[in-house]
Amino acid sequence: MAGKTLYDKLWEMHEVTRRDDGSSLIYIDRHILHEVTSPQAFEGLRLAGRKPWRVDANIATPDHNVPTTRAERAGGLMAIADPVSRLQVQTLDRNCEDFGILQFRMDDARQGIVHVIGPEQGATLPGMTVVCGDSHTSTHGAFGALAHGIGTSEVEHVLATQCLVAKKMKNMQVRVEGTLGPGVTAKDIVLAIIGRIGTAGGNGHALEFAGSAIRDLSMEGRMTICNMAIEAGARVGLVAVDEKTIEYVKGRPFAPRGEQWDAAVALWRTLVSDPDAHFDAVVELRAEDIKPQVSWGTSPEMVVAVDEAVPDPAREPDPVKKDSIERALRYMGLQPNQPITSIRLDRVFIGSCTNSRIEDLRAAAAVARGRKVAPSVKQALVVPGSGLVKAQAEAEGLDKVFIEAGFEWREPGCSMCLAMNPDKLGSGEHCASTSNRNFEGRQGAGGRTHLVSPAMAAAAAVAGHFVDVRELVQA
Amino acid sequence: MKAFTTHTGLVAPLDRANVDTDQIIPKQFLKSIKRTGFGPNLFDEWRYLDVGEPGQDCSKRPLNPDFVLNLPRYQGASVLLARENFGCGSSREHAPWALDEYGFRAIIAPSFADIFYNNSFKNGLLPIVLEAAEVDELFAQCEANEGYALTVDLEAQTVTRPDGAQHRFEVDAFRKHCLLNGLDDIGLTLQERDRILAFEARHRTAQPWLFAAGR
Ligand code: SF4
Repeated sequence: MAGKTLYDKLWEMHEVTRRDDGSSLIYIDRHILHEVTSPQAFEGLRLAGRKPWRVDANIATPDHNVPTTRAERAGGLMAIADPVSRLQVQTLDRNCEDFGILQFRMDDARQGIVHVIGPEQGATLPGMTVVCGDSHTSTHGAFGALAHGIGTSEVEHVLATQCLVAKKMKNMQVRVEGTLGPGVTAKDIVLAIIGRIGTAGGNGHALEFAGSAIRDLSMEGRMTICNMAIEAGARVGLVAVDEKTIEYVKGRPFAPRGEQWDAAVALWRTLVSDPDAHFDAVVELRAEDIKPQVSWGTSPEMVVAVDEAVPDPAREPDPVKKDSIERALRYMGLQPNQPITSIRLDRVFIGSCTNSRIEDLRAAAAVARGRKVAPSVKQALVVPGSGLVKAQAEAEGLDKVFIEAGFEWREPGCSMCLAMNPDKLGSGEHCASTSNRNFEGRQGAGGRTHLVSPAMAAAAAVAGHFVDVRELVQA
Repeated sequence: MKAFTTHTGLVAPLDRANVDTDQIIPKQFLKSIKRTGFGPNLFDEWRYLDVGEPGQDCSKRPLNPDFVLNLPRYQGASVLLARENFGCGSSREHAPWALDEYGFRAIIAPSFADIFYNNSFKNGLLPIVLEAAEVDELFAQCEANEGYALTVDLEAQTVTRPDGAQHRFEVDAFRKHCLLNGLDDIGLTLQERDRILAFEARHRTAQPWLFAAGR
């Protein structure tokens, strides 16, 4: 009999019951909540007279529409200028209070983006099932946890029953072997993967990232990769547990201690795919072939290397794809065959649950140090992923590096990743963004997003157009 | 939940691949703490010529005459014909809420993104996967015939065309059962309360650290 994949093992560890019709009840260990997708779920609980099944499995924080300027944050709730955003944040406060759920409120030093604070607190542990009403919950799979996004009905379902009704997915493995070149990062790996398999490539699959290039990544890098599994269509992204995982978790506030720590580590070490495990699909990439990536279109699969050019629809034989390229070029205001380095930027955004951790800020600061944001760039924002990331960066002096270079240093939140707060693009503006989605209007109506790594974003800010960061790093 | 048994309705063709949930309902409308009110902002950026903000009177906004749902022949459509990977991106359930409130009862596409697919069932909206070639045919027929309507029968798992031809589709037995009967998922799961409690007790013994409260 073939061995088991990591996903198979995690699934079996959490299957409460399998029903005759092939669906299963899966037990949920950790549920993370934020202000946007939870209000209707709490309302549902109240209407049905239900209580949370296990209060201590839940943790909440507001992130999507909190303001990121110091002035607004210093003033607390009442300083949130947009009354609709304010009501949503207040509603989360009230719901957490009423139901006894632990929340890192907007003014708590531990507040941040849900997918940054879970791992940071050790609230995400190897071997857990982790869900959140947010598709980028796949991030937490970097710890060998079974983690995926859910809708609001399921948020209510998990609150009320500690379970989800689910059907087992297929197994897919993406193997990246070899060594990354200098200036090439986790973000470039995952963009290259999505460019290869497409935004629907992982539909119906749990996607395990493996190979020496993945093992060589830090936990931050692995989170960046798993974060974007959903952009390849896979709800679940996974990386096997190794010593780096265990080292990262050790000593975090929610992590086990003493004897329990030893027992946990012994179990966590088994959270790897067996050598003879069967994957329904396998994709391989060579790390040496991956260059810094830049998305040119309106879907994360519309991505090329920085030294390439915008594609020419005339060369696309498939009519549906050709139409998508033409539509994307029109929306993005780009010409076929235009070099990527000729794209000029109006704004730069360094942040989001993909790239707002300390390592990301260090990489961007290394490029920004001693340089200046180009005068043609209207705004360059750096938004740390959490209050603790912000404090760490300030302790390292990164905030000064950014400010001296002409970047704005902000308070933690989702910010311009989805522009639910005041940080947004104007219509027609091009933005080099370290976030994960370049959909039409994602960063503001009519805004044009280009997905890149933090180092590439900083380099673009300095040059005013895309440049190959490898030139700056070597110079 | 609203039940779905059979439905006959006018078809509207949305001929784009990878329609994401940011397109279906843009983020500025996600600030609502209610489940309703999203219908007028469905496909907001494509549907209107101005920039949509929460709280507008949408009946006074300038419509984009080129957007397919604004064409007179598709008014009152309740079956949406779409291309591959429909509903990709964000997990927002506001997307099916908006589609439902606009009046759609079923969506036919060659593939759906997983989370959207799941969310649709929870809201009485039936996502139907057909082969790409079948979807191509439906697009061609729909565009060629004004008033083109399809009949969806969930029990029989069929889509019936005006020319009598039928397409069969697959659907999970559990999802089908819930949707046919309009059953509340949570109530069903709570019937298995003893099983969940027993599992939880075993799980707690095996991995007590999963049950530690935060510090
Ligand atoms: S940073 Fe962006 S992608 Fe991540 S949770 Fe926030 S809005 Fe979603």
